[in-house]
Amino acid sequence: MKRRVNLVVIGGGAAGLSAAVTAKENGIDSVLILERNEELGGILPQCIHTGFGLHYFNENLTGPEYISRFVKKVYDLGIEYKLETMVLNLSPKKEILAVNQSEGLIKLQSDTAILAMGCRERSSGALRIPGERPAGIFTAGTAQRLMDIEGCIPGRRVLILGSGDIGLIMARRFVMEGAEVKGVVEIMPYPGGLDRNLQLLRDFDIPLYLRYAATFIHGRDRLKAVTISKVDGNGKPVRGEDETIECDTLILSVGLIPENEISKKAGVKIDPKTGGPIVDENMETSVENIFACGNSVHVHDLVDHVTKEGEIVGKNVAERIMGNLPKLRKRIYLKAEGNMRYVVPQIISGERSLTLYSRVRRPAFDAEIRIGRNITVHKRVVKPPELIPIEFTAERLEDLEKEEEITIDMGE
Amino acid sequence: METSVLVIGGGITGTAIARELSKYKVKVSLVEKEVDIAFGGPTKANTGIIHAGYDDEPGTLAAKLCVKGNLLWSNYASELGIPFKRIGSLVVALKDEEIPILMEVMDRGRRNGVQNLKIIDRKELLEMEPNLNREAVAGLYAPTAGVVSPYEAAIALAENAKQNGVQILLSTKATGIVIKNGEVKAVQTNHGIIYTQYVVNAAGLFADEVSSMAGIRNFNIIPRKGEYIVYDKELSGFVNHILFPIPSRVSKGITVTPSVDGNILAGPTAHDVKDKNDLSTTSVGLEEVLDGAYKLVPRLSARLDAIISVFAGLRPQPTTDDFVIKSYREPSGFINVAGIKSPGLTAAPVIAEFVIDILKVEGLTLEKKDHFNPFRKPISHPLRDFHLKKAEKLIAQDSKYGRVVCRCEHVTEREVLDAIQRGATTLDGIKFRTRAGMGRCQGGFCMPHIIKIITRELGIPIEEVTKSGNNSKILLYPAKQLLIGDK
Repeated sequence: MKRRVNLVVIGGGAAGLSAAVTAKENGIDSVLILERNEELGGILPQCIHTGFGLHYFNENLTGPEYISRFVKKVYDLGIEYKLETMVLNLSPKKEILAVNQSEGLIKLQSDTAILAMGCRERSSGALRIPGERPAGIFTAGTAQRLMDIEGCIPGRRVLILGSGDIGLIMARRFVMEGAEVKGVVEIMPYPGGLDRNLQLLRDFDIPLYLRYAATFIHGRDRLKAVTISKVDGNGKPVRGEDETIECDTLILSVGLIPENEISKKAGVKIDPKTGGPIVDENMETSVENIFACGNSVHVHDLVDHVTKEGEIVGKNVAERIMGNLPKLRKRIYLKAEGNMRYVVPQIISGERSLTLYSRVRRPAFDAEIRIGRNITVHKRVVKPPELIPIEFTAERLEDLEKEEEITIDMGE
Repeated sequence: METSVLVIGGGITGTAIARELSKYKVKVSLVEKEVDIAFGGPTKANTGIIHAGYDDEPGTLAAKLCVKGNLLWSNYASELGIPFKRIGSLVVALKDEEIPILMEVMDRGRRNGVQNLKIIDRKELLEMEPNLNREAVAGLYAPTAGVVSPYEAAIALAENAKQNGVQILLSTKATGIVIKNGEVKAVQTNHGIIYTQYVVNAAGLFADEVSSMAGIRNFNIIPRKGEYIVYDKELSGFVNHILFPIPSRVSKGITVTPSVDGNILAGPTAHDVKDKNDLSTTSVGLEEVLDGAYKLVPRLSARLDAIISVFAGLRPQPTTDDFVIKSYREPSGFINVAGIKSPGLTAAPVIAEFVIDILKVEGLTLEKKDHFNPFRKPISHPLRDFHLKKAEKLIAQDSKYGRVVCRCEHVTEREVLDAIQRGATTLDGIKFRTRAGMGRCQGGFCMPHIIKIITRELGIPIEEVTKSGNNSKILLYPAKQLLIGDK
């Protein structure tokens, strides 16, 4: 017999916890969180640096401090959760198959589901870096876990590939552990991390190689060195402009990929631009009563935004279960073009004010974001690492033409 | 130490020979220089194809053994408890001018004794392979070709051989062969001398070096590099058969094929290199793989995002251009099984039988055992294989079948423990036996868990855990060690 619940939240990280808490606070009793790790909190328990909560709490917290506030709410509200529980399948009818050690196969029938699986790191194989395949190559998040949870140092001479936030934070982390960080290598002409994390490189005198790519991995058993090469405007290595850096450890911070294997099983449509589900302004996916939030929708740069998105979803799901939130009837599709890489949600009603989140492909100053024919939003600076909120006020909505598809564009 | 037959090399050839010998009442030992079976060379990085047998020139040993070997694989795989899928292969002609070559290949296949070969037209071809290049004009269909996992096969053969009494000595490198009065007497290794009556040289890339230890220097092994690209299982079904281009003089060309595990594999290149340990991929080689793959399946060009790994292997290309499987008048007792390039995996079961015949001719008395057990029990992967009934039953017996360690491939702690009990001591050893770490995240999530399990089960410090033995240590220091300063 399948057990019935009102809401299953897949993933107990920042997004899932805030969604579950908000749903419960809004009157939904049977909420169940399924988490595959040994603890709640997602990635945050291993993020022992500060910088979390500046927007949401107006405080500067560490990852464990930040997330423990939500974990405590889960406890206080008596929300049920299962740890070390892997979801194997989710059907469009919200039938769930999961497994864990104490209960074996678990079959559930839920009225609604929230996808909050977060994201994973791009691996070295996916980058197709030529060379050997020695030990000593780690994604930044794995290295962080090994250092801050397991208490081990991968190596003492470290090169960081990719200037994403986790890479920059790990650069400092290695220095603080007494390792030598040889540099941070970035293929783009501009860094990938937030400004506040780039400051770390200056604070610790770590060289930043812009427009460089890793072009050969040396070392049969353990990593010995990495050759990096200057690249041209198309990312192709320039002949003769390379340098071989001796190191025993290579840390990859080269992109995060929303995790949506479960979403795909449920038949949820994925936006190739974000790698996450296509969602409407209620954060509902293409499958009725399946909602999504957090990094499995698109990769956010601040956990504060993830939490807020989780709250919106938790509230919407509660309304849906109580019968107060019908499926979006009027549907306007938003299409990102030009320098606009993506926009979330991808579908709006045009009837309610909301905040859109978007990302650009390249940095720009004095940028004009054009929404349809009539609306222009001005931004002083836009950069790829920073999510751009676009406020859609009632006033702006009046100017929006009533068409099925609206383009969001930015002139070059 | 003393044995009757010493097999040098723990790749597919050596393990197949050892397993075949384990059917007889004779003392057999196998030495492998690496820390685990199939770690050394060609077996580890291989396309995993069981070829139909139309590629090799009629009359060659390779042609003869390939066609016979192909027929044995269904039974072989089922005895060994490893997956084998006879998915069939297609050699694809993209231009009308290539059709005569297709006819030539078919004719060669028929002369080699390959059954059921047929030429199919464009329409049928595209029905069988909807993602194939629309320019395809015809194909040669060989329904008998199939795919296996070569390292899993070697591991299974070694396990079954061991189960039937073969002694497997890992991290043991042959350094010399003792010959007296024209007869093999012993093999020197890094772990001491092993007295033996017969030596079977299945040393793969190093078979020429082992052969020269016995004084036979009439061939060399040239390492021929093959680079590969692995696609996510998400693309499972993108191609359904082993797709070959029209073959060239040096190789069968860049293949696009489903792997037996459900990934799509593209490769290999074929370039001779100098260093037998050079398993590096190159930017030129990987581009060549992509170009070759796109020629057959242009739609793959839109799926760079689905690439999860790249690797290179080396094939032991003999200067004789054919398998060297023979004994010698002097020294007697020494048998070369060298130059086992493609289709060596296909031929392995027959090569093993052939070596038995040679040993008999050489005077070894081989009497069948009464209780040879041909069946090797595989590690159960109920969640990975999505066998839910079996999963339910197994979790009830052992709850560790319910703890998923590798998220991408759904490998549980029980399977990791089984791999360790069967001899895995490294991350790669566990990966090859369970697929933990072979999925889309390439071990990012499961590596810390598996390192901890290895540490606990083998009772070694975390800093001693390696990726693949030797000096491939993963975590070099405990926290704060660098701040305190090391000795």
